[in-house]
Amino acid sequence: MSRIERAEQRTALTFVAPALLWTLAFFLVPFAAMVLLSLAHLEGREVVQAYDLGNYVKIFTDPSLLKGIFVSLEITMTVTVISVLLAWPLAWIIATQVPPKYQRLAIMLAVLPFWTSYVVRSYAWALVLGQNGVLMQGMIGIGLLDAPIQIMATRTATIIGFVHFFVMLLTLTIYANLIQLSPNYARAAADLGASGWQTLRLVILPLTLPGIMTGAFLTFVLCIGDYITPQILGGNNELSMPQLIMLQLGRRGDFPMASALSVVLMALVTLAYAATARWLKMDRV
Amino acid sequence: MKKTATTAMAASGAMLLLASAAQAEGEINALVWCDHTDPALLEPFEQAHDVKVNVKEYEGTAAGLAILDQSRPGDWDVMVIDTVDVGRAVDQGLLAALPDDMGTGDFFPELVMADSNGRDGTTYAVTEKFGYNTIAYDKTKVDPADMDDLSILWSDKYAGRIAVYDYYLPVLGLIGLEQGTATADLTADSVEALRDRAYALKANARQVSDVVASQTALATGEVDILIGGGEWVTAVLSAENPALDWTVPSQGALRWSQSIAVLEDSENKDMATEFVKYIVSPEGQARLATSSCYWGMPANRAAGDVLTDDQKAALRWDDQDAYLANSQLYPVPDADLDLAMQDLWTDMLQQ
Repeated sequence: MSRIERAEQRTALTFVAPALLWTLAFFLVPFAAMVLLSLAHLEGREVVQAYDLGNYVKIFTDPSLLKGIFVSLEITMTVTVISVLLAWPLAWIIATQVPPKYQRLAIMLAVLPFWTSYVVRSYAWALVLGQNGVLMQGMIGIGLLDAPIQIMATRTATIIGFVHFFVMLLTLTIYANLIQLSPNYARAAADLGASGWQTLRLVILPLTLPGIMTGAFLTFVLCIGDYITPQILGGNNELSMPQLIMLQLGRRGDFPMASALSVVLMALVTLAYAATARWLKMDRV
Repeated sequence: MKKTATTAMAASGAMLLLASAAQAEGEINALVWCDHTDPALLEPFEQAHDVKVNVKEYEGTAAGLAILDQSRPGDWDVMVIDTVDVGRAVDQGLLAALPDDMGTGDFFPELVMADSNGRDGTTYAVTEKFGYNTIAYDKTKVDPADMDDLSILWSDKYAGRIAVYDYYLPVLGLIGLEQGTATADLTADSVEALRDRAYALKANARQVSDVVASQTALATGEVDILIGGGEWVTAVLSAENPALDWTVPSQGALRWSQSIAVLEDSENKDMATEFVKYIVSPEGQARLATSSCYWGMPANRAAGDVLTDDQKAALRWDDQDAYLANSQLYPVPDADLDLAMQDLWTDMLQQ
């Protein structure tokens, strides 16, 4: 390696060092501490370091804890799929059907819900979905229902609250992907005899996969780790992993089990990343 | 490596900021529940004694003890604590002995609780407020006569119209009462016997929710009944929503009570003791009973001379003798029983 190359490497390291130190101090070290704590036990009201996998064994053998994993995965997968199905057409309409001078306004309107507090938004949904809420009273008013049905305090309410939030996030990532696509792709497909639907399905859709998968991955990460929405809208009728973690922390004082559950949660996120990594090309989004 | 769970629980450094500030002359620092943060309660004392009362809210005895554990000696002067947990604080040497004349002569006799508030003839705390975990309901939606029987909550009549207060101690205690088990007799085995009944209650309920969500659900008509609720949920809303009410069913209710104490390391014990005396005075008691955060019965019966008729009606003042006779204290579980109850509660939530 030449002297110039070594100098360049030192310069690069100098620039990267703050970020590395930041990651080391605020992610790797706390994560290592969390893993270490997950190997401890709660005995009586005391935490005893044991260096064994007892908490992990319990997570996968205790029906209530195991169910928390499935509840989280089921909700997250449902939210992600519904959000993608709603966000893609919305992003496509904004990117291709709305005149360019109005696209910024359309995107701003799409992200308007982000301007309010997440907690406030969840409580607002609670009022909308409740027995005497706008939705039920509206449906009764126009004759669709004779009496209110229960949506609030169910998994459906949790999913609605999540989808409302994540459709906007996905719309942004897919829109960002769509407007980068050259119109020549569609022209070339038409020249080769493809119909409009075939062009959309076989050309445009595959080209937007990076945007879809980036948004889907972000949705997965944010949704599976969210405590507020299932707590407010789900009515505690089933517990997701973040709720179980909070239960260990706030009520039982079982920090080792909370740490073990958190490690499992991170493992699920890592698996999701591994499954979507090939599409996560941020430069295409 | 060993460390206590309570120490770990107190990881937040922010809570130390208030306590770590140098305590100025003419100030006392009080570790309190939210009902003590009402200016209408604090200001009369501050003006009368030319003193500033700094308050820090906490929830749960473990959290309160953790705050003390992480504070410097002398940072705190006064503490509000669950009456049944006063002994824990005494065991740790945290509380100062109080004078004999704390004005408990006018208290409801059941609320003096000398055994809980004292040790070997020395008083360390005074009961200041109490109430019930029982049944709260909307009397325009349910038959109030039905609410006299706790078992009605397991029937089809009110299926899907019930919220369960998300706190395992009182609700499992109530399920025990419905099954004929006194709270003092709860053991790991007897708690296990409540499992099916707890699952059945959950199946009949619309939701299991914290204080705010429970109160909201009852007030907005989402549910008509709240098991675990009481005057602390409905009384504060009585003026704007008179349909909300509560009662103690024939099987009984759980009685909660909170005490106030002076901390052993306080450097301002005289003023702290004056504050405790103010809180248990008839005027202080009336203000505390109707505090903006939540209402509850004053331990001092003489507060009845200060409360209005409407306030007393919301608190069901005239029923107190009967309610006191038909209520039991919270379960005081050891670590094993506590974990058994929490495991059952978690399993119930996941049903």
